[in-house]
Amino acid sequence: MPLNIVVCVKLTPSTANIEIDPATGSLRREKMSFAINPFDEYAVEEGVRLKERIPGSWVGALSLGAPDSEAALRESIARGVDEAFLISGPAFEGSDTFATGYALAMGIKKIAQIKGRVDLVICAKQTNDSDTGQVGPAVAAWLGWPGISFVKKVEEVSDKFLRLHRMMEDGYDVIEADLPAVIAVLKEINEPRLASLKGKMAAKKAAIPRWGAAELGVDESKIGRRGSPCAVAQQAAPPARPQGHRIQGGSPQEKAKQLVEKLQELKLI
Amino acid sequence: MEQEKSAAQANAHKGVWIFAEQRHGQLISTAYELLNVGRRLASDLNAELSAVLIGHKVAEHAQALIEHGADRVFVHDHPMLENFLEEVYSRLLCELIQKAPPDKFLLPASILGRSVAARTAVEARTGLAADCTELSIRKDSGLLNAVRPAFGGNLLATILCENSRPEMATVRPMAFGRAQRVAGRQGEVVVVKVEPERFKTRTRFVQFVREDSGEQDIASCDKVVSGGRGLGASKGFDLIREFAHTLGAAVGASRATVDAGWIPYRHQVGLTGRTVRPKLYFACGISGQIQHLAGMSSSEVIVAINTDPEAPMMKLATFSIEGDLYEVVPAIIGELKHRRGDAVTHNSTNSN
Ligand SMILES: Cc1cc2nc3c(=O)[nH]c(=O)nc-3n(C[C@H](O)[C@H](O)[C@H](O)COP(=O)(O)OP(=O)(O)OC[C@H]3O[C@@H](n4cnc5c(N)ncnc54)[C@H](O)[C@@H]3O)c2cc1C
Repeated sequence: MPLNIVVCVKLTPSTANIEIDPATGSLRREKMSFAINPFDEYAVEEGVRLKERIPGSWVGALSLGAPDSEAALRESIARGVDEAFLISGPAFEGSDTFATGYALAMGIKKIAQIKGRVDLVICAKQTNDSDTGQVGPAVAAWLGWPGISFVKKVEEVSDKFLRLHRMMEDGYDVIEADLPAVIAVLKEINEPRLASLKGKMAAKKAAIPRWGAAELGVDESKIGRRGSPCAVAQQAAPPARPQGHRIQGGSPQEKAKQLVEKLQELKLI
Repeated sequence: MEQEKSAAQANAHKGVWIFAEQRHGQLISTAYELLNVGRRLASDLNAELSAVLIGHKVAEHAQALIEHGADRVFVHDHPMLENFLEEVYSRLLCELIQKAPPDKFLLPASILGRSVAARTAVEARTGLAADCTELSIRKDSGLLNAVRPAFGGNLLATILCENSRPEMATVRPMAFGRAQRVAGRQGEVVVVKVEPERFKTRTRFVQFVREDSGEQDIASCDKVVSGGRGLGASKGFDLIREFAHTLGAAVGASRATVDAGWIPYRHQVGLTGRTVRPKLYFACGISGQIQHLAGMSSSEVIVAINTDPEAPMMKLATFSIEGDLYEVVPAIIGELKHRRGDAVTHNSTNSN
């Protein structure tokens, strides 16, 4: 039986150009360029691959964010996703992972209404901006579905269950999960293909529905700043590292000797 | 979140908890780091420190946790808890939170900790700060000041969870020292009744496949030796492994080498890899692009070995050596062995 899959994606700053205001310690968003979160490329690719593995399946992309998040959704379509949906609106601003998980779960429920059901949600391991890795498990918790994070391989998939490899510090666990389920995938899971010409055309043409708090029927006490248990009280640039020391000397042996002496002085070896 | 509920909540929630993660029946080293920072927070609050243990045949660790600072240990021991399932562990944590509500709850930012903490926080309707590197108690409010790197370590954010309890945080391995052991220290062991029948578990553990052949894990080792594209070929990691072995270090890698298939992904340090915070980080033939730095720039001492003196890693490093790693690394290994040889002869004269 075909699967309905939803991939959660986010528009985040492109990593190379993070600008921090030295006075306030906060990000200069206006100075940065944005793209789909690099980790999401693997989630999108895995969704598209699973769709290809089970004929008749459908894969959608869902994002929560400012209106320009559409860019991440169009990128997902260019990479093979069938349809995309955006949750957006001032009420969602300031959402932490708790509130983000709730809003995305409500979006998934709405997609399930439209499509009949959703069997699988794929998140990336984390984003490159807030970098928490908490949204995948939070979505699973809000939906009340099994959740498995750090997934590095989908070994087997049917309409009833998944058999997964979950990375651990010293190897991997083989885990089976009944559907519907939420997984968070690692970079190791696949090699994303580039957007096809056909995909790019589809991305350009796609109409992306935008859902606000009212359309989603959310409990407003659970979204945005008000619904977020966590708040960022302060942001600062990390302390600068002390000036480094260039080990001088002629031969590699001399340099090695000096280095080892320094490390011994610091009781590191 | 709503003020009234929160004030009442905060009063009912007492003490600091840490999650004492076990892996294959052994406590992970971060458990001792959590006891250390947890003890400090508990003292600042004049509160008790409890440890939560989940597993099978793990009750024996309760005494070790007490001797390292826990006043109380909650033990969940059952065959079905031997292996980690997000659903099951988070259910147990939630039930325990409801029964004996804590004020603060710290978990390791390990693979298990990061997975289970996020689910537990939602189920317990509270906030969670991820992967913290500094923790303290605010004098005015008693709130947890949770400081964490974001944007690949380019920003330090202080997270507050004002109105929900417990205030939860995952803690980056190696961010804190280990707790000292006080032999014979006394504490309370609470055995929590676990009833598997009550769980409608929809995930099943099939098996564990070991991949590390006994190597140290990069995230919990206090020394990491990483190799980059400068190794030139996959066999270059033989030298890195030998170096790591000599130092007692774990083996890390840049993405370029992982993508080239020279070494498995679990070794990758950086934005799309893993984050490490060792006392000593060696970057051998790694240029130091911002995405790599994201995973290691909070290391205490960084040593760079590179033919290019202008490489960003050479500028960041505490100590930098310009040179061919194939000459410099063997020279360092030689020097280390030489000194150790010296040390052995010295010691042998006054050994017992
Ligand atoms: C979205 C995104 C995410 C990324 N995530 C990560 C990540 O998680 N981790 C990561 O590492 N990278 C990541 N990267 C890639 C990153 O930008 C760099 O491409 C990568 O780190 C480069 O690896 P490297 O330093 O080994 O190779 P290079 O940049 O090629 O550097 C090799 C270095 O070796 C030196 N060298 C060569 N020969 C010798 C020799 N014989 N002796 C000594 N030195 C020598 C050279 O001078 C050079 O400095 C990411 C990139 C993107 C776009």
